[in-house]
Amino acid sequence: MEFLSQVGGSVTNGLVYVGSLASLGGRAAYYTFVAPFQGKPIRFQRAVSQALDVGVRALPILSLITFFIGLILALQAAYELRRFGAISYVATAVAISMSRELGPLITAIVVIGRSGSAFAAEIGTMKVTEEIDALETMAISPVHFLVTPKFIAMAVMLPCLTIWANTMGILGGSLFGVAQADFTFTRYISASLDSLFLRDIVTGLIKSVMFGITITAVGCLEGLSTGAGAEQVGRSTTRAVVMSIFMVVLVDLVFTALFFFMSEH
Amino acid sequence: MEAALTDSLETTATISVRDLRVNYGEREILHGIGFDVNRGETLVILGGSGSGKSTLLRTLVGLEKPTSGQIWIKGQNIAAISPSAMDEIRKKIGMSFQGGALFGSMTVGENVALPLREHTRLEESTIEIMLRLKLEQVGLQGFEYYMPSQLSGGMKKRAAVARALAMDPEILFFDEPSAGLDPIIAAGIDQLILELKQAFRMTIIVVTHELASAYLIADRMVLIDKGNIVAIGTTEEMRASTQPRVRQFLDRVAEPEVARELDYLQMLTEDRRRRSG
Repeated sequence: MEFLSQVGGSVTNGLVYVGSLASLGGRAAYYTFVAPFQGKPIRFQRAVSQALDVGVRALPILSLITFFIGLILALQAAYELRRFGAISYVATAVAISMSRELGPLITAIVVIGRSGSAFAAEIGTMKVTEEIDALETMAISPVHFLVTPKFIAMAVMLPCLTIWANTMGILGGSLFGVAQADFTFTRYISASLDSLFLRDIVTGLIKSVMFGITITAVGCLEGLSTGAGAEQVGRSTTRAVVMSIFMVVLVDLVFTALFFFMSEH
Repeated sequence: MEAALTDSLETTATISVRDLRVNYGEREILHGIGFDVNRGETLVILGGSGSGKSTLLRTLVGLEKPTSGQIWIKGQNIAAISPSAMDEIRKKIGMSFQGGALFGSMTVGENVALPLREHTRLEESTIEIMLRLKLEQVGLQGFEYYMPSQLSGGMKKRAAVARALAMDPEILFFDEPSAGLDPIIAAGIDQLILELKQAFRMTIIVVTHELASAYLIADRMVLIDKGNIVAIGTTEEMRASTQPRVRQFLDRVAEPEVARELDYLQMLTEDRRRRSG
């Protein structure tokens, strides 16, 4: 009985959490799509500067990581494929697994580490120093002012970063292809492109938009629910990273399953 | 009764608090308090740590929701008001937070101009002039391009006051204006509050535990203890009061905190239970 009630309790807590994420996302959607027509313009400048921070400044580290991931994938695939004399399928394996799954996922994880945590820390610090309260007493909505630009930046930048990550992954794979599998560079690239369907790329990009929204919602919600005291900011930041990774994997599962059942028909 | 109350509001009081109760979770912080703030007066809310004075201030500016009771500000009960109507009231009040609460990513000038840029359609050049004016009023002329992190504690508070003044508020709230400042800088802030009062005839509400500062700036004082109003009156009335609790606070009689260890423990465990529950 005790066990059951504990399970029930955590399920309820989980649902409440998802509910508050959705409510925050809903309010941001209101300020993005509805409020501009009621005379409350989007903070375009803040969204652009966030986008630079989230997107452009992530490029070096994201490039390096996804290049290595592409190379690792090629090595792992070749390990099995060469036993069947099918090493030329390395390009296909890398291209498909990058664009369907690993590109969006690795991008999301890099962005969680760089930006999801930063959102929680920034908003959490503002909570502790009463800056959020100050916004409210000035009749400025923190969701409008702080959170919405982040949502816009993330929803736009994550797909862009994901395309970049896919490209870098394929380039990483090509290093192995050229060095070990008798590919020329151009042949490797065209083999990769031939193996990809538009569907592979589009599903990956749809997922990446959802990841962006999820990471922003978690980061901002954790920031906004920071308690009093500086150590709470650290706690919020940690929670933001852990919860974001979990939520991203959950969203990934839901959408992958959705695409799977949709493609059956 | 209610009609009579609103009538009297328009003539004398800017703020009227009636039977105000505020809870944090299960624990009641304010136990049904009531008082009036007259137009143009400076009311100082005095009280020790944990007396509920900060909660009272946060409730007055709408950061906490009362459990029951009424808060009439300019004829409207903010305890039962729509968010958009509350925003309209907030444009007429200014609040200076304890640590300043300036936005660290903006310059001092951008901080002060923020409410103007958000809520008015003034030309950028007009906003520029207004922000210079506000900074001059608090003695910070020439500091508009500084970042808040480059300011000292006292300057941060002045900048925060300038931001609170940006919309020409009718009511100004201060949370612990002299907290964390040395006596000379703190006296400067008191002086600033006096100047604002004389220059603009603003209604000013100050929460503090600094007696010296309270005596200097207050027209009237409210002493709060454990969520109840112990005494309310003019500075002279308070000075002359013979009420034990008032005397204890004003004469700074020490109270052994250890004697209340059980209460304290109970408070802590309640907190814990509330948080985990």
